[in-house]
Amino acid sequence: MNIIVVGLSHKTAAVEIREKVAFSPNQIDKPLGELIKLEGIIEGVIVSTCNRVEIYATTRDIAGGIARIKRFMADYHHLAFETLESHLYSYHAEAAIRHVFRVASSLDSMVVGEPQILGQIKTSYGYAAEFKTSGIILNRFLHKAFSVAKRVRTETKIASSAVSVAFAAVELAKKILGDLSDKTVMLIGAGEMCELAAKHFLNSGAKGVMVTNRTFERAERLAEEFAGEAVRFESLFENLHRADIVLSSTGAPHYIIGPKDAEEVVKRRRFKPIFFIDIAVPRDIDPKVDGVENAYLFTVDHLQDIVQANLAQRGLEAEKAEEIIDQEIGQFHKWLSTLEVTPTIVALRNRFDEIRRAELDKTISGWKELPPDAEKRLEALTVAMMNKLLHAPTYALKQAGQGGRVDLYIDALRQLFELEALQRDDEEFELEE
Amino acid sequence: MTHLFFILTVALYGCATAAYLACLLRTSPLLTRWAGRILAVGFTAHLLSTIHLASRMKYLPLTNMQESLSFFSLAIVGAFIFFERRYKVTTLGSFIIPVALMMLIASSSLHAEVRQLPPILQSNWFWFHALLAFTSYACFTIAAGIAVMYLIQRYFLKTKHFGALFQKLPSLETMDEISYRCLTVGFPLLTVAIISGSIWSEQATGSYWIWDPKQTWSLIIWFIYAALLHGRITIGWRGKRAAILSILGFIVVLFTFLGMKHSIVW
Repeated sequence: MNIIVVGLSHKTAAVEIREKVAFSPNQIDKPLGELIKLEGIIEGVIVSTCNRVEIYATTRDIAGGIARIKRFMADYHHLAFETLESHLYSYHAEAAIRHVFRVASSLDSMVVGEPQILGQIKTSYGYAAEFKTSGIILNRFLHKAFSVAKRVRTETKIASSAVSVAFAAVELAKKILGDLSDKTVMLIGAGEMCELAAKHFLNSGAKGVMVTNRTFERAERLAEEFAGEAVRFESLFENLHRADIVLSSTGAPHYIIGPKDAEEVVKRRRFKPIFFIDIAVPRDIDPKVDGVENAYLFTVDHLQDIVQANLAQRGLEAEKAEEIIDQEIGQFHKWLSTLEVTPTIVALRNRFDEIRRAELDKTISGWKELPPDAEKRLEALTVAMMNKLLHAPTYALKQAGQGGRVDLYIDALRQLFELEALQRDDEEFELEE
Repeated sequence: MTHLFFILTVALYGCATAAYLACLLRTSPLLTRWAGRILAVGFTAHLLSTIHLASRMKYLPLTNMQESLSFFSLAIVGAFIFFERRYKVTTLGSFIIPVALMMLIASSSLHAEVRQLPPILQSNWFWFHALLAFTSYACFTIAAGIAVMYLIQRYFLKTKHFGALFQKLPSLETMDEISYRCLTVGFPLLTVAIISGSIWSEQATGSYWIWDPKQTWSLIIWFIYAALLHGRITIGWRGKRAAILSILGFIVVLFTFLGMKHSIVW
């Protein structure tokens, strides 16, 4: 049995293509149902996120399976096969396992280490499990992928550092102010980055937001959005001491906050530290403010430096993650390759036994005068023959299970002796676990 | 028996020191957990050794430099375990546990002559005084360790160096809180220690205050921490200034402890 992966991602397709092949989670049962009706496809899972659309399936026929799934993706979304095909990648065997492990561990993400992808795969798998399109192999495979992702997360620092400027600001604030749940953010001016950072602060538990702007109406509008408080620009310094985190991004051509102001604010705060982030260009806050005790000033460049350092760190951690994945692939591949050995042996035995019985019955029923213990003897004879004949192939198959050529043997046996194909919900597999 | 426990303690503190220092270089939850475990076992051995010694000698082992150093070290480790559990500040161990280890090694290198306990030490006020004094010293040691960490973290923030140590050190606010907690516990203990000490002095010499160097320096320590606490409560002193004063206070504590001979005891 083979695992195959067909799909496209942010690495191979622009958003214009990705959005066309996305599967809506609301009606995922329809494509899932069609998927496993494809010839040769036994199990199937569809993962569809904004950055990737991938189909995981099991099949006996690798080339045929991949081709049919590619065709299915184009047909389902009414796209020309030729345009879609150039964006699609496909993997089988070990490469497929590696790919899914890497995706789940967020090594293939646009931002390496981002945590959402694992949840998205879990949800996708949930649909497949619900509509029973995933079976014993994909169940085991995806659970393995989840546990690998968890191992990567706990054993490497791949996801522990901030890789966006706004998030870096939050991390830095925590290093100064500790717990943010009793801290207030002050937004001076309005800018996309400022708002984004304010959102991050609120998500991280900050208590409230104050907004000030030269045009009070804009401040009010923004304050409403954050359920915060609008402050008139003229009364900025009467309120500044109430803020623990100050985010500034006005279009002012000169400094708005100087070291004297900062000293005043720190004193009014009874020397509790205050964290200034200057996102404006030209700058809003005099760099001398950083010289004030208990005031900490960071510009967007400092935050950018942190992000760069964290990205470099993630690169190093990603290497460790790849090592973990290497180990896990070996284990899973071994399980997968031995999965079919026992059922095949059983099927082969049953086939032989069937033939033996049929022939034995035919012989005995056609015999008129049977010596007293002839039936018993014939039975023993045929069983012994069957066992002798089966001994070598059974042994070879078990040995092959420990090597790597087992698929070849199993396919040959199934074709030569016309054994039945394995089914998705075969109980015998379950016993194998 | 006491000796065996003592050797065991030194070995365990040595391992714990190595583990806590390794925690600075590597991030590993397993390492952190083991550092804590080794230290806890070391602390237990230390406590047993102290109790054993006390029950054998029939007095608290605080009567000479060797015993006092060991007890100081015990108090520091105890205080550290308390604050570590409370605030999850593993990095503090990298700064504090080596100090406790050094004190213990210094203690073991000293040779205590067997001697008769002077009658003036056989006063409950003395035991009470000494016990409280060392507990307050342990609090001040933790405060000084935190102050050093605070200054390092502040330096990283001001110079915008965001290395591995920056990531490991706790937030300024957390350190500020621990330092304040140390003061609010340590200072009242010191106050009671000085008062009980002077009552004992009255018993031993007939005078509450005899201006011996130990008493005088204890008073200086009291004033330093009083100033620190007062500044903190009234104007909100914190950060760099409080950290420097806290380190200064600890230096004076060490100086008093190691350098000032007690005219009554020794």
